[in-house]
Amino acid sequence: MKKKIYAAAVITLAMATTAACSSSGGTSASGGSALTAHGPIKVWLSNNPEEITWGNAMVKAWNAAHPKELVSAQQIPAGKTSEEVIGAAITAGNAPCLVYNTSPSAVPGFQKMGGLVALDSFPGGAAYIQARSGAAANQYKSPDGKFYQLPWKSNPVMIFYNKDMMKKAGINPSAPPLATYADFLATSKKIVASGAAQAAIWPAPTSEFFQSWYDFYSLYAAESGGKQLIENGKATFDSPAGQDVANFWRTMYADKLAPQEAYTGDSFADQKAAMAIVGPWAIPVYAGKVNWGVVPVPTSAGMPASAIHTFSDAKNVAIYSACKNQGTAWDVLKFSTSQAQDGALLNTTGQMPLRANVATVYASYLAAHPSYKTFADQAARTVEVPDVNNSIAIWQAFRDSYSSSVIFGKTPVNSSLTSTAAKVTTLAGQP
Amino acid sequence: MAPPKRRSRRLTTLFGRQPLGMALAAPYVVFLALVFAYPLGLAVYMSFHRYFFTAPGVQVARPFVGLDNYKAALSDPAVQRSFLNVIEFLVINVPLTVVLSLVLASSLNSAVRGRTFLRVAYYVPYVTASVAVVAVWLFLFSSDGMVNQVLGPLAPSPSWLVNSTLAMPVIAIFVTWKQLGFFILLYLAALQNVPKELYEAASVDGAGKFRSFMSVTVPGVRPATTLVVILATITGANLFTEPYLLTNGGGPDGASSSPVFVMYQKGIEQGAPDVAAAIGVILVIGVLVISLINRLLLERD
Repeated sequence: MKKKIYAAAVITLAMATTAACSSSGGTSASGGSALTAHGPIKVWLSNNPEEITWGNAMVKAWNAAHPKELVSAQQIPAGKTSEEVIGAAITAGNAPCLVYNTSPSAVPGFQKMGGLVALDSFPGGAAYIQARSGAAANQYKSPDGKFYQLPWKSNPVMIFYNKDMMKKAGINPSAPPLATYADFLATSKKIVASGAAQAAIWPAPTSEFFQSWYDFYSLYAAESGGKQLIENGKATFDSPAGQDVANFWRTMYADKLAPQEAYTGDSFADQKAAMAIVGPWAIPVYAGKVNWGVVPVPTSAGMPASAIHTFSDAKNVAIYSACKNQGTAWDVLKFSTSQAQDGALLNTTGQMPLRANVATVYASYLAAHPSYKTFADQAARTVEVPDVNNSIAIWQAFRDSYSSSVIFGKTPVNSSLTSTAAKVTTLAGQP
Repeated sequence: MAPPKRRSRRLTTLFGRQPLGMALAAPYVVFLALVFAYPLGLAVYMSFHRYFFTAPGVQVARPFVGLDNYKAALSDPAVQRSFLNVIEFLVINVPLTVVLSLVLASSLNSAVRGRTFLRVAYYVPYVTASVAVVAVWLFLFSSDGMVNQVLGPLAPSPSWLVNSTLAMPVIAIFVTWKQLGFFILLYLAALQNVPKELYEAASVDGAGKFRSFMSVTVPGVRPATTLVVILATITGANLFTEPYLLTNGGGPDGASSSPVFVMYQKGIEQGAPDVAAAIGVILVIGVLVISLINRLLLERD
């Protein structure tokens, strides 16, 4: 009996090894030749309907002029998140050439996997990025000093408010007092007490690593005058600015102005919350549903709008190492981020191209669409998530401690910030 | 030169008297090896090395790191918490599953009318996707959900799913309810093997309904109980969907995160599949130990 099992095991092992051999003979890492190779390429677009419209038009324009280097575009395949799908595609070796939805927080991880091509490898690569995005480009450099992503477009987050609800709560709907923390809290109290809305504002109180970008990080960018979460390898938020922001949100949760339970859906579009922290991508979503206005995120003592920074919520484009025709990919990348295509992007999606002086370059469009003008002004002062090792683990550690101290009030806010800052600094220093 | 007889005997000892049987069984053995044995082996390998996923052809060092990944996993408060959470889950879920499914199966067995309807009714949640059923439970247990509206002033504060004491019990009850149909089916099959004569003898001896349930039914289905306990433990230890969807990522504040959920965070989201693999190996060992203890306790006689 034992011998039979042994035989079966040997056969199985033999078959498994042959199977493994036949599957591992595929792609190998793209060498220098891929960098200059030209030919057809595949690109992925996000699932946002406006971005798909822009993407298809861009691809059509490219293909008409380059019949030998055809681009085929598709939406990112469905999955829990785009980053998981892209990560799996990198591991499997079938990532497309370009993904027009690369999250800056995922770039360090993709780079570590060997999944990205440094754009500096192309002639004039770094210069092109710096010329297009100006000083903001530096936030997108990886720790090795190279660009593994092209900063593409931002969605600077601001406070949307529901004008009808403000009116119902007895607040001036054209200029609601929301500039300082004291104003913001008083306005929120009026909204909830008057029954105008169930919640003053409803940031997702859930534990996903990226949720802190909207509630904490946007206000921290403003309060700190544009600091990133980590600078020069050290966490910056264990500071008066970080404490002020965290304590402001603690009050919002403690006074039940922001709910601790998640809302399944869009609380602002569904008229459950009077305010929301979102970028301009949401304007088409709210159209016809909410009579909205927009103001910058609050700061403790109030600041002029022209001095307020916020979280960029950017999505970028990267060239993936599985790409065989990287020469074409780079040309398409430049074509799709030209001034004309960026204008088309702004026109179709309302999202802000990450280039210097959006407000002046596209002045005529913005004059015709005043609701986007505010966001274009804000786009000049955005803060990105830091491009550091273990980026996602850092944000998860931050979120866990924020959830415990700020949202649920289980641990003291200030000491949590201190201990999390130490943990975050350690994580950023690890390979 | 070896005589042909000896060689054929050696072949017989190697492949059995019916070598064809081996060939027929081979596809399933290959399936098992590729889908279960190979990944498990790889997970054990990953847990002892510094490992992260890479694009094909990328050469990286994967040095042996001994127990470092295990140390990293076990010293992480989030991991410790997730194991405590899943123990709390099992303590509620497994006994509740055994008691409810046995009681419901034996009453279903003696029910005369509506038997098919009831069987289907119990089975429907089991075959429905968690994602769909979770929406119903959110509707029931959210702050302004139906349960709280019925309870009125008795509603817990904070509400069920954001209450760190109540979130895990709600999930345990949800999973019990969802899987009940399957375990009822197991017990129904086992009940067919309990001889009618035993019930008759018990009733001659003057045993009431409760007494004959305790003295005839419960010992009669003991092998099924072992199976139910072990299966419920294994599925329970692999808890993922409910903390992911019902409490939005193991909330509130990690009170409902499970080891598999933490593995997902570390292995898939944060690019540390080596630490995730160590958590997985610890989980496998834990489940094996619990199953062995269960077997020893339940199969005593």
